[in-house]
Amino acid sequence: MSSTDPSTGGPLTDDGLVQLLTPEGERVSHPDYDARVAHLTADDLRGMYRDMVLVRRFDTESTSLQRQGELALFAQALGQEAAQIGSGRALAAQDHVFPSYREHGVAHTRGVDLTEVLRLFRGVDHGGWDPVANGFHLYTLVIGSHALHATGYAMGVQRDGRVGTGDPQRDTAVAVYFGDGATSQGDVSEALVFAAVNNAPLVFFCQNNQWAISEPTTRQTRVPLSHRGTGFGIPSVRVDGNDVLASYAVTAEALERARSGGGPTFIEAFTYRMGAHTTSDDPTRYRSAAEEEYWRRRDPIDRLAAHLRATGELSPEFEAQVSAEADALGERIRTAVRSMGRPEAVSMFEHVYATSHPTVDAERAWFEAYESSFLDSASEGSHR
Amino acid sequence: MSTTLDAVHAPTAAAPAPSRVGQKITFAKAINLGLRRALEQDAKVLLMGEDIGKLGGVFRVTDGLQKDFGEDRVVDTPLAESGIVGTAIGLAMRGYRPVCEIQFDGFIFPAFDQITTQLAKMHYRSKGRLTLPVVIRVPFGGGIGAVEHHSESPEALFAHTAGLRVVSPSTPGEAYTMIQSAIASPDPVLFFEPKGRYWEKADVDLDGEPSLGLNKARVVRAGSDVTIVAYGPTVLTALKAAATAEAEGTSVEVVDLRSISPIDVDTVVESVRKTGRCVVVHEAPVAFGAGAEVAARVTEQCFFHLHAPVLRVGGFHAPYPVAKIEHDYLPSLDRVLDAVDRAIAY
Repeated sequence: MSSTDPSTGGPLTDDGLVQLLTPEGERVSHPDYDARVAHLTADDLRGMYRDMVLVRRFDTESTSLQRQGELALFAQALGQEAAQIGSGRALAAQDHVFPSYREHGVAHTRGVDLTEVLRLFRGVDHGGWDPVANGFHLYTLVIGSHALHATGYAMGVQRDGRVGTGDPQRDTAVAVYFGDGATSQGDVSEALVFAAVNNAPLVFFCQNNQWAISEPTTRQTRVPLSHRGTGFGIPSVRVDGNDVLASYAVTAEALERARSGGGPTFIEAFTYRMGAHTTSDDPTRYRSAAEEEYWRRRDPIDRLAAHLRATGELSPEFEAQVSAEADALGERIRTAVRSMGRPEAVSMFEHVYATSHPTVDAERAWFEAYESSFLDSASEGSHR
Repeated sequence: MSTTLDAVHAPTAAAPAPSRVGQKITFAKAINLGLRRALEQDAKVLLMGEDIGKLGGVFRVTDGLQKDFGEDRVVDTPLAESGIVGTAIGLAMRGYRPVCEIQFDGFIFPAFDQITTQLAKMHYRSKGRLTLPVVIRVPFGGGIGAVEHHSESPEALFAHTAGLRVVSPSTPGEAYTMIQSAIASPDPVLFFEPKGRYWEKADVDLDGEPSLGLNKARVVRAGSDVTIVAYGPTVLTALKAAATAEAEGTSVEVVDLRSISPIDVDTVVESVRKTGRCVVVHEAPVAFGAGAEVAARVTEQCFFHLHAPVLRVGGFHAPYPVAKIEHDYLPSLDRVLDAVDRAIAY
């Protein structure tokens, strides 16, 4: 089965996708976007390849850890590496990203230690990393809510005078990542309204991975999702999300528009969730093996690898080096996750408020007295 | 205790301190001037809401502020409450101190998710790395003859959510200082304004600094037989009940909670240990309301001091009714006095 049916013109069509690499890895020209990738060197492309391989290893390693009972849950980015690495690599240091919960690839490009991401899935933290230091906000689990946070943040960037100055170190863009399912949320529509009327320096990066848990994109829309942006008066583009070069190019253009004062852009990255929604999901109940096979032939890593091999820029030595790096990452992930201990129970009372709240203080005091009332509390720190 | 309202209704209490610079202004104007002062003192403060710019808000609380502070700081937003609060969260992450106006109490629910799921929890989720100093102003309560959704009292829904502070001023003087305290707070604050009192005038000390903070209740009238606990619009009802009861020989102490989250339990408990009786009054429905929390705390801490069960007076477990019968729904002077009588007679 093919998920694409150009004859319908509906949400499944692949018409109008910006593409710079064919599924076979052949570099094709695009009049609007060739210039956006002209400066990329072979090293840059190899860097993209490396990033994608590492993030995929993170996915498979984390899934294994969940199966071993070390993680409560995990959500794979499998299949979406090109959309995430390509767009993430287009960001500048001062830009700020609002992810949903599957953006491990973007997290990696922002310098977030991927083991930190697993604190959430281990159940020892609701977040993990420093959202300010990395310019990468915490994962948002309520679908679409963060589109408004990104919009407000971008409105703040405007008020700070960090748009349209022409200084590349100063001008700042904001990017928000969400999926096809999120486009049905009211908050995403409201974010599009607020961003449009405020001309906010914001990139809406919608990864259309074809599935919102078990619901296909056809349950969210009758038209390509990029039309969502167009309807709000926001320049919109569809990109082959399994093409890392094209994903980089359209994002670079959108970020530049945002930073220069040109306002928001809506990007639909047409890709595929090759794995399950999470480790709790079972895709065999709602999609076919043929469909999965169709997309497996469009694997984003294979595509870039084929291109680099064809141009003689991917040596066996480099592949082996990346493979060893991935192995080392896997080892580091396993060690890090297993060392993430149970937080102190009393930590549940911390950071509820920024300033003292008598109800929290009283309940904490009671809890501590209760805990210490057990005879073994001194020796074990807890009665459990 | 610097207002005319307090002075009139606190005949037996310790004399209120005379205001240094007394100016008779309305409740709405007091908030307006408090907002103005915050805008002047901190360039990061900005106001957001529907019709708050040229119109000055449907109650004119923000009258003239856009003219003086510009459209970037007094922002007319699209008509989307979730959008208002959601973008305020983002602005706060960027270092701003947004003050959102929700036009009417019954319109806050499109923003309920953003308030309870995001605004309340971001500081916790980020382990204190992010603070969201967002104020959400909500004209609330009834008695103004409005259509549906314009007279509700949803404060308990927010007090039930950890991470939020929930306050309600009862006088223009309190409104003036409490709005400034709310804006200065690093925590998100739900600021419930008793809209039925917007047009009442009182002396307000415009040079006064917020001194009581947001956590403290205050005894606005001293008494010895019954404690009435109230906040926002029902403080005036409680004071009237106290004045009437006094004529009948019952001495009523009135506690203005000011804050519903947190509740200043110590001040309430101290009062009830003295009087032995407690009546809680709010416009919100009694069932699962703030009064239930007060009753539980008082029972836990004053059990052997009580001469009667804690009684509650408030709205019924029915949707807010049509305007022609709303005064039968609201906790009237007579119903408060009835509860006082029942507490005495128990």
